[in-house]
Amino acid sequence: MIQVKNIEKSFGEAHILKGFSTTFIKGKTNLIIGTSGSGKTVFLKCLLGLYRPEKGKILYDGVSYNGLEEQDQRDLRQKMGMVFQGSALFDSMTVFENVRFPLEMFTKQSKSEMNDRVEAVLKRVNLSGAEQKLPSQISGGMQKRVAIARAIVTNPKYLFCDEPNSGLDPKTAIVIDNLIKELTEEFDITTVINTHDMNSVMEIGEKIIFLKQGYLEWEGDKSQIFQAENEAVIDFVYSSNLFKKVRAAQLKGL
Amino acid sequence: MRYLHQIGAYFLMLKGIFGRMTKPSVLKKLIFKEIDDLIIGSLGIVAFISFFIGAVVAIQTALNLTNPFIPKELIGFASRQSIILEFSPTFLSVIMAGKVGSFITSSIGTMRVTEQIDALEVMGINSLNYLVFPKIVAMLFYPFVIAISMFLGIFGGYVAGVYGGFVTSEQFITGLTDEFIPFHIIYSFLKTIIFAFLLATIPSFHGYYMKGGALEVGKASTVSFVWTTVCIILLNYVITQMLLS
Repeated sequence: MIQVKNIEKSFGEAHILKGFSTTFIKGKTNLIIGTSGSGKTVFLKCLLGLYRPEKGKILYDGVSYNGLEEQDQRDLRQKMGMVFQGSALFDSMTVFENVRFPLEMFTKQSKSEMNDRVEAVLKRVNLSGAEQKLPSQISGGMQKRVAIARAIVTNPKYLFCDEPNSGLDPKTAIVIDNLIKELTEEFDITTVINTHDMNSVMEIGEKIIFLKQGYLEWEGDKSQIFQAENEAVIDFVYSSNLFKKVRAAQLKGL
Repeated sequence: MRYLHQIGAYFLMLKGIFGRMTKPSVLKKLIFKEIDDLIIGSLGIVAFISFFIGAVVAIQTALNLTNPFIPKELIGFASRQSIILEFSPTFLSVIMAGKVGSFITSSIGTMRVTEQIDALEVMGINSLNYLVFPKIVAMLFYPFVIAISMFLGIFGGYVAGVYGGFVTSEQFITGLTDEFIPFHIIYSFLKTIIFAFLLATIPSFHGYYMKGGALEVGKASTVSFVWTTVCIILLNYVITQMLLS
């Protein structure tokens, strides 16, 4: 579980996160949604420890990141997995080497133990057979799955995903969303996903927070979002033609 | 003011490089890879340039010796001095700023653009140490490249001078060994080691701290080449003034 308490973050004059609190639940897929410029990415980077908030606290299972010594901060970071928007795979390494990389860096496992673990994780994300390919030789969807495999190979307690299905076709996007949800439940991870894709919200949104201009405007789950009365949430949710039709049907009582 | 900020940031980067070290087994692999990319990969172009520039230096010297009172041995002497003192350590380093420097800036810059550096940081890895330290270690082998350049430059001068009919083999070798000052070799390799450090760190700085996309990677490579060259030329002057004057 991750608890955020009254977090604030600025860059010079720009006040990006303006003080809000929330809780991300263990074993659930927690989504951060909002329009561009709402502070989602800055918030995610604060959660990852890449940015230090000026005010407020972030507690990882009760432990505050900022209150830790440097070595303990590094240890905590090693319990985090991250799936970047562009996958961020190391392009000079094969798929297998990319996934093995965190094990090589942080564990004292033997080569055969590492290889077994990598094979198991690659099998779990349906990538068996692609081990020796370079990231440039595989599709965007496969790259995302490699990124997920790399993020979970060390059995993290917290998984962060920055727009994990951007640039993917709708079918592959659903596959990735469902894979993240399955892994979250299977390994009992606290997963936080940054997205503005309403399909993802409807597919895996077990806990959703909506950010607008650095404030938390709304929180709930996917079953509650269509009933939200907040103007900004309504604007966001019904911005696509498909959901506009759903809205129109709702208003007509169909 | 911006330049002062950049200089400060460069020195802070140097501090970061020698901070928390990467796991030795991983570092060893990275160092071998960098030696292959930066040193072995440069040998071909270094050999080619050195041989032919050495040949041209010998021919130019020979063609300008119009006074019969100046001995032909000067061709060997001039080749040796120009190649050992300046061409190999300094001008080859400028050429390497283009080859090795651009490679370093663009590879690190691309990693920045594609969030690979963020990925390292999120994992709790000191990305500066992981990316730049192996390059510095690999560049410790740069004096060997310069030694090869010196040999091939002088050999090129010999081939062009002797087989071009400008000087006899004995005259060239006499000139080559005449008034040889061993300290010149020390001076030359001292410069080379300093330039090697600049070649590894200035392009890394421009790649690591770049912002933007693919276009900015190209711009960063150009800026890094310019600054590496400026620093090499300036330091060359300072070192020469301190050690030889």
